[in-house]
Amino acid sequence: MFPELNSILNSTPDSFKSSDFILVSDRRADASFLIHHYLSFYLRAGCKVCFLGLVQSFSHYSAVGQRLGVSLAQAREKGQLVFLEGLKESFGVLLQDTSQETQPLSYLRSPGAGLEGLFRFVESCVRQSGDGNAGESWGPPVLLIDDLSVLLSLGVSVGAILDFTLYCQATVCSELQGNMVILVRCEEEDADDDEEGSNLLQRGLVHQCNLALHVEGLPTGYCRDIHGQMEVWWRQRGETIYNQRKIFHFKVHDKGASFFARGTSSAVL
Amino acid sequence: MAAPVRGMIGSTSIGNTTSFQKKTRSKLVSIPGTRPSVQNGQLLVSSGVSSLDYVIGGGLAVGTLLLVEEDHYDSYSRMLLKYFLAEGVVCGHELFLASARDHPDDIMQELPSPIVDDVAGMKISEGQSQPSDPENPDTMKIAWRYQNQPKVQTALASSVRFGHYYDVSKTMEPELRQAAKCHSFYQLQETPVSKVRNVLRLGLHSLGSVLWGDDVCCKDNPAHCHALTTFLYILRGLLRTSLSVAMVTVPSHLTQNRAVMGRIIRLSDTAIALESFKGSEKETNPLYKDYHGLLHVRQLPRLNCLSCEVPDTKDLAFKLKRKQFTIERLHLPPDLSETVSRVSKTELAAGCGSTATGNKHLDF
Repeated sequence: MFPELNSILNSTPDSFKSSDFILVSDRRADASFLIHHYLSFYLRAGCKVCFLGLVQSFSHYSAVGQRLGVSLAQAREKGQLVFLEGLKESFGVLLQDTSQETQPLSYLRSPGAGLEGLFRFVESCVRQSGDGNAGESWGPPVLLIDDLSVLLSLGVSVGAILDFTLYCQATVCSELQGNMVILVRCEEEDADDDEEGSNLLQRGLVHQCNLALHVEGLPTGYCRDIHGQMEVWWRQRGETIYNQRKIFHFKVHDKGASFFARGTSSAVL
Repeated sequence: MAAPVRGMIGSTSIGNTTSFQKKTRSKLVSIPGTRPSVQNGQLLVSSGVSSLDYVIGGGLAVGTLLLVEEDHYDSYSRMLLKYFLAEGVVCGHELFLASARDHPDDIMQELPSPIVDDVAGMKISEGQSQPSDPENPDTMKIAWRYQNQPKVQTALASSVRFGHYYDVSKTMEPELRQAAKCHSFYQLQETPVSKVRNVLRLGLHSLGSVLWGDDVCCKDNPAHCHALTTFLYILRGLLRTSLSVAMVTVPSHLTQNRAVMGRIIRLSDTAIALESFKGSEKETNPLYKDYHGLLHVRQLPRLNCLSCEVPDTKDLAFKLKRKQFTIERLHLPPDLSETVSRVSKTELAAGCGSTATGNKHLDF
């Protein structure tokens, strides 16, 4: 959890907005540090977290989580965290002879069929919080997806992914008053790439979200002390439409990240 | 940072911080040719080129995928692959080589020969090196202080150093090569893959080229563009759960679709690109006369930590010498050409009143 980011976004683990859809995107940079921030944030807040980790192993998140002060292994044991490890299970799915439609990773065998299996998994996971697991009751459910755009590399169409996010938003945000954080990685803006690209996916998701964090490199070039710029776009909140944008520079450390206004980096001042 | 570390690295420092270990009950004894990273305790293996190890943060982490974008004629990327495999032979790792264009045995025969410290030459012996024998009739008369030093090893039993140097003008001795277990996959024939307990180095040559049956490199909108990306995704999943490290070379200059290349880079952990000057107009550029090409670091992995090793500079150039593949920072020499000083001096000349004639190189 990054305290500076909390103050920028005006949220703490004790009081944060519910029914929020936060979209984290990047272009030629790496925004996964924000996913680590949200993971530790919501675990500290006591929410039931469903994490779809499609690109890294569980031990990677757990090692970073330890530096940020949360123990993912403990949370998983207690039932607060449900972790779908995409990399580890993908190999097993591909080697199986039979595949059912309702398996969470069924898109690996039949990418054209859509992400219904994945949605059923998410739904069962977020609805379980009401069943009362030995008296533990967690807060509102949270869905975290690390790298939705890898599904494009696996052959799933943009339309199917947008359907999936719409279903998830309807279930998690509207029905259960939970939050959703999705990471999408885009490539360069390319004129002839409008067909089935991550840019199309990102634009589609930006319209659905409440808050968009976009991470990019510095427009002036590579710098060792400032790792990039992050644009915060406050969009719709219920009935009110904010449409306010701000740009911050950031630097990622070992145990966190610091955010500062443009031009106020400690290397410069 | 990439200096070869002598001696066995104890397993206590590795402990439970590496995520890419096999889930075995036994404590992982240090495998020769690996060492833990100084940043986050990852188990690293050398890529065969010590300056490349330095550029990518100390070495290749076990369980990750290194992507090399080939240069136009595939000369230097093929060299890197051979260094990678030669390092595996010298360290005693198992190898897996898959290639569509050349038979894997051909590539294996071209592996460069390692440079060993002693000049007596290299022999493979079945047993360990002999301990110094006190009853040795060849007692030293002059340098008798050195009598009790252990004898220099003439046999290259699995070396424990991290990173070696190779002589590219000589090929590796066949006995040394055969000492390493190598599995190969040639496009035209199938070979079963066996279970391994050692570090397995996978070399995949020219993946995505036409010879693999993939049309990523020929068409703007390939029919099965996600076949290659799905393969890389599953491969990375497999690497994460095993003690392997993979090096994949891709002819990126042939792919028409830039988006696919971006996806391929995202699906790998470390990605570098080689751009050689051969055949391009940069060959005659005096700035680049010392080097053979440029090296671009496209992506560095963040493994088990928030931040990755941020390089000092992104201007790196490489040159392949007989005994070393060096990667250096590209320095631009000071510009003493006439035209540049001409432009700046004529503006001052009007004010200072000094004449600026065309023959002088330096105006004072």
